[in-house]
Amino acid sequence: MLMSFPKSEPHPRERRIILKNAENPEFDQSIECALRHGGYAMQKKAFGMKPDEVHQEVLDSGIRGRGGAGFPAGMKWKFLDRKSGKPIYLICNADESEPGTFKDRQIMHKDPHQLIEGMMIAAYAINAAQAFIYIREEMPHAARILDDAIEEARAHNFVGENILGSGYSCELIVHRGAAAYICGEETGLIESLEGKRAYPRIKPPYFPAALGLYMCPTIVNNVETLCHVRHVIEYGGKEYAKIGVPNNTGTRIWCLSGHVQKPGYYELETGKVTYGELIHEIGGGLRPGRTLQAVIPGGSSAKVWRAGERFKGKLRDGTEFDWAIEDVPLDFDSPMAAGSMSGSGAIIVIDDSADIVEVLANINAFYAHESCGQCTPCREGSLWMKKITTRMVHGGARVEDGPLLASIGDQIAGRTICAHGEACAWPTQSFVAKFGDKFAGKAAETYTGTHRSEYRLI
Amino acid sequence: MAYSPSEELIAYTAQIVPRYPQKRSAIMMILHFIQRQDGRIALDAQEWVAAQLDLTPMQVREVVTFYPYYREHSVGKRYIRVCRTLSCALGGSYKVCDQLCAAFDTKPNEVSPDGRVTVEFAECLASCGTAPVIMIDDDLYENVTDAKLQELVDRIKAETPAEPAAPSA
Repeated sequence: MLMSFPKSEPHPRERRIILKNAENPEFDQSIECALRHGGYAMQKKAFGMKPDEVHQEVLDSGIRGRGGAGFPAGMKWKFLDRKSGKPIYLICNADESEPGTFKDRQIMHKDPHQLIEGMMIAAYAINAAQAFIYIREEMPHAARILDDAIEEARAHNFVGENILGSGYSCELIVHRGAAAYICGEETGLIESLEGKRAYPRIKPPYFPAALGLYMCPTIVNNVETLCHVRHVIEYGGKEYAKIGVPNNTGTRIWCLSGHVQKPGYYELETGKVTYGELIHEIGGGLRPGRTLQAVIPGGSSAKVWRAGERFKGKLRDGTEFDWAIEDVPLDFDSPMAAGSMSGSGAIIVIDDSADIVEVLANINAFYAHESCGQCTPCREGSLWMKKITTRMVHGGARVEDGPLLASIGDQIAGRTICAHGEACAWPTQSFVAKFGDKFAGKAAETYTGTHRSEYRLI
Repeated sequence: MAYSPSEELIAYTAQIVPRYPQKRSAIMMILHFIQRQDGRIALDAQEWVAAQLDLTPMQVREVVTFYPYYREHSVGKRYIRVCRTLSCALGGSYKVCDQLCAAFDTKPNEVSPDGRVTVEFAECLASCGTAPVIMIDDDLYENVTDAKLQELVDRIKAETPAEPAAPSA
C-alpha cells in the first residue's frame, strides 16, 4: 500500500543526493517508480565489480558515518574479522532516536528502495550472510513500507537467492525495536537483536566487526550512510570525495529544530555552509523580537554552545580559526574543533524565551529515562541530575547546585561501558560550565509557581 | 490458566522464527504481535513465548520489562503518546499533554474513565522539525496546534465508543 507524505521544496543552498527522489512530489515508494528513476542500477553496476573493488570505492569516498560518531564507513568495514570463518552480518541502524534527529524517517518513508539498494551493495562488498534493518517501534509505517519494498525487491531478484545471477545470496529482514533509545548504540542494538535486554557490550573485546551478532563479525551502519554507498558507486569513490570538503565528504542531511522560523531537514554539501547560514538564512532565523541564547550543535547529547561565545584554535592542517557559533562550518571536524560535535546532525536552537535550567532539566529527564541501568554511574547519576535540575526549576534551587551537578557529570563520563555515560553527562557538564551564572542565579529567584519558559519544559 | 494462542499467532510464530539465524532473536517480533492482538503481554502469554523459543519465562519477562513499549497491563482503546523531549517541549508538548488529559478527564499513564484512551508521554518521536507531535496508535500527528488537537479529540470521541471499566476491574 502506498502512503503519501508531505514533500519539501529544496532550498537554493541545498544539494540533494539522498533526498533527490525522496522529496520529488512525483516519486512514490513503489519499485516501478524507483526503477524509472534509476533505482537498482548501481546495485547492478556494483555486482559487476569484485567485492573488494566496491569496498575500495567506499574507502576512496571517505564517507563518514552519519549516525553520530562520524567514523569512516570504509575503515569500519576493513576491521571485519574475515579469518574467523564465521558468517558476517550487516545491520542497518534505523533506531533514529537522538533528540533533534528526524532524517532517516524521511528516507524510509519516501524512498525505501534507495536504502535497500545501498544495503545490498554494502552486503555484497562485505560478503554478508544476512542483513537486518533494526527500526524503532515508533515508526510502524516505515517498517511496513520497508517490508513491502523488500518483497518487491525480492520479486525482482535484488534481494534473496543468487542475486542478479551473481551467485551471491543475502536475505534482508526488518526487525522492530520497542522504544528504547539505547538500541541506537550498536552493541546494545546487537544484544536486542539477539532477543535480550539491550545492555551494551564493553569494547574491547566486543567490537562488532569481530564479535558482533551471535559473536560473529558484524557491521552496523546508519540509514543515511548506507544510502550514500549507492551514490559512491554512481560517482566513483574519488569523484564522490570531491563533494564537500576534504575529510568531510559528501552531502549530509541536517535536522534543524527548536526556536527557528523554518525548522526542517536540509541536505547540504558537508563543510560548505555554516551554522549561522543554516539557522538565519535557510532556517528563516529566530522569531521576531527574539535573541539567540544557545545552540545544541549535534543532537541533545552534544555539548551546548552559548550565544556570543568564540572558539579559537588550530585545525588539523595548521590553519588558525577564530569563530563565533555562526561561523562554524557544518561538517564533522569543525564542531569538534569548537568543543562539541556534529553528532547525528541535529541542531536545536534555543532563544531567550527559554529558561536554560529548565532546558537542561528536560534533557536530563530524557537520559535518565533511557539509561539501560547496567552501569552504576550512569543509572544513578542520570537520575540525580534529573532530580536536581527538576528541583531547581520548581523553587528548590540552591547556590551549590551548579557545582554539584558538574561533579556528578564528571563522575559518569568515562566510567561506563558505553557512550550513554558521556551522552548523559555532556549536557549537564556543558550547560553548567557555560551558563554558570544562570544556574547560580536560580537560587536567588523568587519562585512564583509559574515557569519562566514560554511553555513548561519539565 | 494456560494461554491459548490464536491461530494467527501460531502461524506468525511459525513464519517468523526461521527467518532468524537463532530462535531467540524472534522474541521482539512475537511480543509485538501479541501486544497488538491482546493489547498487552500477560504472564501466561510470556510463558507461551518462552516455550516456543526454548527460553525460561524469566528470559521473556526480562525483555518485556526492559523495553518501554511492551506492557503487561491494559491501556485504553486508543493509545496516545505525546512527545516530551526538547524540541517538542519547546513547542508546547506539556500543554498538549495537559489538554489531552483534560479532554478525557484522565491523568497520564491511566485508562480514562470512559475507557477510550490512555495518554502517555513518549521520549523523542523523531519528528522534531514539526513539533509538537503526538502519536495516536500507529499514526503520527505533527504541528499539533490547539485547533488541531480539538479536532483529534472530537474525532476520537466520535469514532471510539465509551465503555467504562467494570467497577471490579
